[in-house]
Amino acid sequence: MSVNFDSLDNVHIDVLREIGNIGSGNAVTALAKMLNKKINMDVPQVKVLQFQEVSDILGGAEIPVVGLLLSVTGDISGNIMFILEYEAAGVLVNILMGKPLNETVAFDEIEVSALKEIGNILAGSYLSALSTLTNLNILPSVPELAMDMAGAIISVPAIEFGKIGDSVLFIETEFSEGSTKVVGNFFLVPDVDSYEVLLKALGVAG
Amino acid sequence: MENIIKVGMADLKASHHPAILTTLGLGSCVGIALFDRVTKIVGLAHAMLPDSTQVKNRTNAAKFVDTAVDLLVEEMLNLGAVKNKIVAKLAGGAQMFTFTQGAELMRIGYRNVAAAKTKLDSLNIPIISEDTGGNYGRTIELDSESGILLVKTIGYGIKQI
Repeated sequence: MSVNFDSLDNVHIDVLREIGNIGSGNAVTALAKMLNKKINMDVPQVKVLQFQEVSDILGGAEIPVVGLLLSVTGDISGNIMFILEYEAAGVLVNILMGKPLNETVAFDEIEVSALKEIGNILAGSYLSALSTLTNLNILPSVPELAMDMAGAIISVPAIEFGKIGDSVLFIETEFSEGSTKVVGNFFLVPDVDSYEVLLKALGVAG
Repeated sequence: MENIIKVGMADLKASHHPAILTTLGLGSCVGIALFDRVTKIVGLAHAMLPDSTQVKNRTNAAKFVDTAVDLLVEEMLNLGAVKNKIVAKLAGGAQMFTFTQGAELMRIGYRNVAAAKTKLDSLNIPIISEDTGGNYGRTIELDSESGILLVKTIGYGIKQI
């Protein structure tokens, strides 16, 4: 079997966009409930980029970012990663902790676990949308968190994509609370063997 | 003005002196810096995966450690480098996340570094220094004047190797 994003046609992109839309819609709704705030979301953008361009997606390969990585088991296996800018992560933590939005976040133990909880909710609701859509059993693990240069964090999903092609597929989601905007990127990285399962379940195999 | 050449992910570049070859935000990928001490011809590869023979799609030679090293050495020789004057420095190969599950995914950085050592050894290219492993990203700059490899990090300082 071969799934290659370089030659993905519009149907596949549409399906993936729809997953992104529903998934991140779910995720943002869950986040709004948790924070008890009204959160707006733009239509997610499905992006397919070459490796050379990919580390620039968050404004440069050296920009500090927060990455939350969860492994996925069940009918499909793989990883899901949510990446957001360091400052955006700080905004989310401040919303969650009920602090002023512009307050600097040191990311101590409590704040890191708050971020992990956000990752849990976002990834969990994203995956549950995918699970409902495909009728597949998809279970996320506890999230792992890393803060570092964008390029270094993105190398983790990029390497997985590298096993099947020369580009990376991800979903850019922008949401806002009041005048504060937060941009986050979802990378769903099924293991090579899980692509077929996933696309078949979505009715677009072959 | 300095001649700074950027090397992307799954990419490689070789150059005459003077040049600074740089690659930003190395994570689990490995940066392979080659330097001809006599001609000062330099080369830098940013490889993602250890072994091209394990993967079907291998159109981009720079993506894999084994084929990237071959191609980089070839490009340097084409520029006039002398094979037995080339030395190597390695950086990167970090483990960005500490996962208990998915061991294969997590060991990729280590495997990239190991593959680079094996490949360079088979070509009799000595590795004179390295800054590999750990759990943090690195930006590297190879200076053709001195052959010094500058390694920059967030929170783990700057060093020259």
